[in-house]
Amino acid sequence: MKRTLTALALLLISTSALAIDTGKAFDDPELQARYEKIIEEVRCLKCQNQTIKDSNAFLADDLRREIRRLLSEGKTNAEIFDFMVERYGEFALYRPRMSGITLLLWIAPGVFLLIGGLIVVRVLRKRMSMPIDLDDDTETEQPA
Amino acid sequence: MIRFAAPLVVFALLVLVFIKGLDPNRDLNELPSPFLGKPAPQFELPRLLDPTASISNETYAGDVALINVWATWCVGCRQEHSFLNELAAENVLPIYGINWRDQRDEALKWVEQLGNPYVASGYDGDGRVGIDWGVYGAPETFLISKDGRVLHKHLGPLSQNSWETDFLPLIAAETGDTK
Repeated sequence: MKRTLTALALLLISTSALAIDTGKAFDDPELQARYEKIIEEVRCLKCQNQTIKDSNAFLADDLRREIRRLLSEGKTNAEIFDFMVERYGEFALYRPRMSGITLLLWIAPGVFLLIGGLIVVRVLRKRMSMPIDLDDDTETEQPA
Repeated sequence: MIRFAAPLVVFALLVLVFIKGLDPNRDLNELPSPFLGKPAPQFELPRLLDPTASISNETYAGDVALINVWATWCVGCRQEHSFLNELAAENVLPIYGINWRDQRDEALKWVEQLGNPYVASGYDGDGRVGIDWGVYGAPETFLISKDGRVLHKHLGPLSQNSWETDFLPLIAAETGDTK
């Protein structure tokens, strides 16, 4: 009984593994690891909210094939990302590089934090310079 | 003063962002081609009708040309096909095709049945040239200048409307400058 329950419970938490990437794996585990990292960071332009790792659109398939080819030709990761950006623009990368227009994207959080911090400092300073009104008697009880 | 002006300015900026972002005509799938204004990618493909001959950038060098990426599985291509036929009949400019990720026999049937507006089509069965051109969905149409630069990229089916607004002025400027 216990064993059956365990089996059922295991069945509940299991997920189906659907093979999207049908290409041949690299013999070299290091290359395979690099390949899997790269396809996680390239956008499938046909299905824009998916990486080419997650997409089974044929464009993703083609792009995976190209990346596999570039890797086996000994290209570096940077060269492969360049290859994508050259053809599809900066948008092809899930992690935009720090250059040109994307620089704004990278520094924006810092800028917003700075603006927020300045506002806080200003408000606090102002409050601190306000005279503390010791004669504030609105709260005190008056004899009837 | 700044107390009142600052929120107003921020509000105005937000309005601008929303006007742009919520534009109903905005197509989120439309991405600008990184090749705009730059030389078109080098390619060479066997021709669809005659695999022994090839088509490359040299084929149309010196002409203002149209490169149309098409496939038989693509609904938009069927939609624009009669317009391409009309263009070809008017002889406005040479139209070349890249038959992208298609079956050769299907593609041959297509041009036989629907008409062949192309001076020549290259057969890109494995989609390699498509990737070099940054193609991510058919149909895509590139306008190429006389010196081989990409002047415009159109996504989706061509129509009289997009032709007149997006292509004709560029073609006129390109052919007018060198006369």
